[in-house]
Amino acid sequence: MAVCTMREALNQALSEEMERDERVFLMGEEVAEYQGAYKVSSGLLQKFGPKRVVDTPISESGFAGLGVGAAMMGLRPVVEFMTWSFSMVAYDQIVNNAGAIRYMSGGQYSIPIVFRGSSGAGLQVGATHSHTPENWYANVPALTVITPGFPDDAKGLLKSAIRSNNPVCFIENEKLYGFKDEVPDGEWIVPIGQARIRREGNDVTLIANSASTHVALGAAGKLAANGISAEVIDLRTIKPLDLPTILASVAKTNRVVIVEENKPFAGWGAQVAYEIQHRSFDHLDAPIERVTGLDVPQPYARVLEQAVMPSEERVIAAAEKSLA
Amino acid sequence: MATAGAKKTRSKEKPGKSPAVLPILTATERVDLLRKMVLIRRFEQKAAQAFMQAKIKGFCHLYIGQEAVAVGSISTLHEGDAVITAYRDHGHALARGMSARECMAELFGKITGCSRGKGGSMHFFSKEKHFHGGHGIVGGQTPLAAGIAFAQKYNQSGAVTVCYLGDGAVNQGAFHEALNLAALWKLPVIYVIENNEYAMGTSQHRSSAGDPLVKRADGYDMAGITAHGADVDDVREKMWDAVQLARTESLPSLVEIKTYRYRGHSMSDPGHYRSKDEIENRKKEADPLALYRERLYKEKALTEKQYEEIERQCVAEAEDSVAFAESSPEPEVNTVFEDIFAPEDQMPEFRPPIGS
Repeated sequence: MAVCTMREALNQALSEEMERDERVFLMGEEVAEYQGAYKVSSGLLQKFGPKRVVDTPISESGFAGLGVGAAMMGLRPVVEFMTWSFSMVAYDQIVNNAGAIRYMSGGQYSIPIVFRGSSGAGLQVGATHSHTPENWYANVPALTVITPGFPDDAKGLLKSAIRSNNPVCFIENEKLYGFKDEVPDGEWIVPIGQARIRREGNDVTLIANSASTHVALGAAGKLAANGISAEVIDLRTIKPLDLPTILASVAKTNRVVIVEENKPFAGWGAQVAYEIQHRSFDHLDAPIERVTGLDVPQPYARVLEQAVMPSEERVIAAAEKSLA
Repeated sequence: MATAGAKKTRSKEKPGKSPAVLPILTATERVDLLRKMVLIRRFEQKAAQAFMQAKIKGFCHLYIGQEAVAVGSISTLHEGDAVITAYRDHGHALARGMSARECMAELFGKITGCSRGKGGSMHFFSKEKHFHGGHGIVGGQTPLAAGIAFAQKYNQSGAVTVCYLGDGAVNQGAFHEALNLAALWKLPVIYVIENNEYAMGTSQHRSSAGDPLVKRADGYDMAGITAHGADVDDVREKMWDAVQLARTESLPSLVEIKTYRYRGHSMSDPGHYRSKDEIENRKKEADPLALYRERLYKEKALTEKQYEEIERQCVAEAEDSVAFAESSPEPEVNTVFEDIFAPEDQMPEFRPPIGS
């Protein structure tokens, strides 16, 4: 067990899977000679050569679609978007091709592809570079959506994603690349579709993912000082959703606050809230609260952006409202 | 088209790698090309009939008039080469050797269809025949083709990819991104523009700046080749050059083939954008079936009696495909949840039924 950053954990996963399977290759803007815009692919070109670590032109639609075509032929591409905000340019390829070819062909093709890259707001890069698109892709039936919040999950889930025979959107968060934590050495697999309870509690359940889990944990610490015991669930995988873990927690605490960085309308939290009230109505003692990114394009100025982001203060207020 | 000609000769400037010559077909093989074209036409006529009877629903884009393009170009390929196209895909599927039965059954939405009734007219697939779709979004298949060729090169399989697109697709960004990637990475792919003069109802001069469209190869330093789409021999000859360039030198090409569709863009096209005279004149002047049939007569490769027999067989095959489609079962409703995810995946079997 060694302590390493999120970017190092992702790098280990890529390196180990490329070592294990020659069909795995990494492709994207600045992944090779530049060593990765966020250094996730650092050293991979030197280790695996230009056939398997491929710099692309700034051409998201082209190289995302190229990846899908290669996956149809049995290769296992890992396609990096410098940020998921740029994946909008490739939306047709991800939704209509990666997301539908298996089904449209009556099951003839598997599409073993991973789209991955950074996402998220909070670093003052403005509206075009700050998207958290997990809800957009979770709306596509055949796509798996993974959003790790810790280095050990990042490594174990990326290895699972690469081994999956289905198209996976692996959505990292830019704010977390430097976050350090313990990561098991060597073969370490985290199954897709399982949430993780990051903090146990009895009074209220905070359901979060990715960077929002850190906001929820911060809030849980402060709530504890006020005598409120909050349980924090990190979904890790948005789709498929781990309902058993969620519902077991709701049965225990009877109160729920959902913390999500994506925008409120049809954000993933809306679906989670629906599932809870539909399946565990009798367990709820209060309306489900949601703390989301606010419904505005992401602003630049720090004071404005901070107002838009989910914050510990907003989570605490929501938890207290739920308990009132 | 000087530009195209100049580019085409590029491979021939390298004597060490000059491609093998186009094989001369036997009379039987030539008659078989005609047979394939006739089958496509009779299949499409039956499909039109079934559509009018509301047995085929959704969109139905017919290939009538363009038969020589698919048949001529695919005749230059090996069995293991890849073919991918857009939504007007019936002709390419039949030319690739998919059965009329599985194609018609797909149009009828039956479980016996080539995509188990889940794709429909625009989304035919046969992995076995290396026919990788049938794609509904204009230009969306062009990056896929680059990826298929990328895999062929990655695996050193020696195979090549042919990607068909319409003249409307040349204005999509994905097409230009695909051309750039194919040229940059020297991928063994041939992009074939089937220029039938109309992007749906918008003629080429109202939709595309720059003529001929093959000039778009120049910007990417790709070979540009043109062919006469009513002449199956010309299509074969020009495609052969492109295929050899891909196979022997791993270089992509852009081939523009002038053709003409006799029917509407789809079955629901009222055809206000062109005159009946225009269509009739084109049928008279350059019908690919008639042109080739007359040539084979002249060369004594075919007799009228033999041709009648071909017609009879192709009509019978098309009729048989309709009978097969009609008598095939509908998909069981529970198959709607099949084919979404790879079953051999390591995913937990329990996927919560969201929204239920």
